[in-house]
Amino acid sequence: MAMTVHCDIVSAEEEIFSGLIEFVSVRGSLGELGIYPGHTPLLSEIKPGPVELRKQGGEEDIFYVSGGFLEVQPHKIIVLADTALRAGDLDEATAVEAQKHAEQAMADKQGEFEYSRAATQLAEAAAQLRTLDAIRRKLGK
Amino acid sequence: MAVGKEIKTQIASIGSTRKITSAMEMVAASKMRRAQDRMESSRPYARSIRGVIQHLAKANPEYKHLYMQNSDLKRVGFIVVGSDRGLCGGLNVNLFKVAIGKMKEFNSQNVEIDFCAIGGKAVSFFRNYGGNVKAATSGLGDAPELEALIGSVKVMLDSFNEGKLDCLYVVSNEFVNTMTQKPTIEQLLPLQAEEDDDTLNHHWDYIYEPDARDLLTGLLTRYVESMVYQAVVENNACEQAARMLAMKNATDNAGNLIDELQLIYNKARQAAITQEISEIVSGAAAV
Repeated sequence: MAMTVHCDIVSAEEEIFSGLIEFVSVRGSLGELGIYPGHTPLLSEIKPGPVELRKQGGEEDIFYVSGGFLEVQPHKIIVLADTALRAGDLDEATAVEAQKHAEQAMADKQGEFEYSRAATQLAEAAAQLRTLDAIRRKLGK
Repeated sequence: MAVGKEIKTQIASIGSTRKITSAMEMVAASKMRRAQDRMESSRPYARSIRGVIQHLAKANPEYKHLYMQNSDLKRVGFIVVGSDRGLCGGLNVNLFKVAIGKMKEFNSQNVEIDFCAIGGKAVSFFRNYGGNVKAATSGLGDAPELEALIGSVKVMLDSFNEGKLDCLYVVSNEFVNTMTQKPTIEQLLPLQAEEDDDTLNHHWDYIYEPDARDLLTGLLTRYVESMVYQAVVENNACEQAARMLAMKNATDNAGNLIDELQLIYNKARQAAITQEISEIVSGAAAV
């Protein structure tokens, strides 16, 4: 049987996932991170995007996080998400809508503050869409 | 017959008070359930981030963040989390007693204290009591939001960054169960390692992405915020539980009072009737 490691995904509001996994991939601040059991200790920031899990037994699951922190210990992985959603809950229509809205806001920006907020919104919307793409690819929905 | 008219009005007024307290009890009971749910659902995050921080405190980083360095105590910060409203028994009073006790202990060692008051009752207590209140937040309502707390926490963290504070504590009630709430004082900064996990006692360090300083600043700020948020949410559950208990006691006491007064009223009425009869009888005998 494949090696497994305990993984917790929590957001400030609730616990999203807790269990044994074989592999997890996260978008870290310096690029994509793929983590197998027994990884060396690592602390990283997370960018908005999908967190892809392969659970014990090979079943795949995808969550969306809008940022946060990742801690890796050889025997434990913790994802501290700002907001995490079960990726199935993501609604593509609203994600596209949000992206459009953010692009519009960027086009007629009024000040530095507006611009940075719009940029964040755009990044989040794009990340949500990426998550949806990943789901479709993986789960063949 | 005008016997015991005052008693009758008193019974009526206690009766209406009892109606109010029993309504408040029921309101508190339903609010408590929701507050407890909120507390439970945010606990995993607090537990996880505390775990990460514990690991961090055991690591041997080449970069020591300011929040991880112990320095001489000259000035400490207390974040005191009280309730927004009263009528919840001794909840706030017990908490403030603990805070003041700790404060006296520090004062005797010539350590000064800055307060950050969260919740209406804490704010008004420190306004009357004195004490150096640096930041205050109140009116958080039944569903406290993290955003509302960030400002006050930032004031304390900023003075920590500037070296004005050497230690940061959070003082709040711990929800043990519905009947018991325990005032606790917990040290947030600098980080303290607990000596219970032996697996991490060898020499090791994390890989930090992007760089250690930015990452730790973000993570530790998030840690303090989430600990304060958890304290506020937990205190909210404590408040509702304490209010429910206080109102239940008040309702019971009002019931006892009414029973006693009713007895007195009945006795007075009977005495008046007896007296009237004996007056009539003795009047008839005299004729």
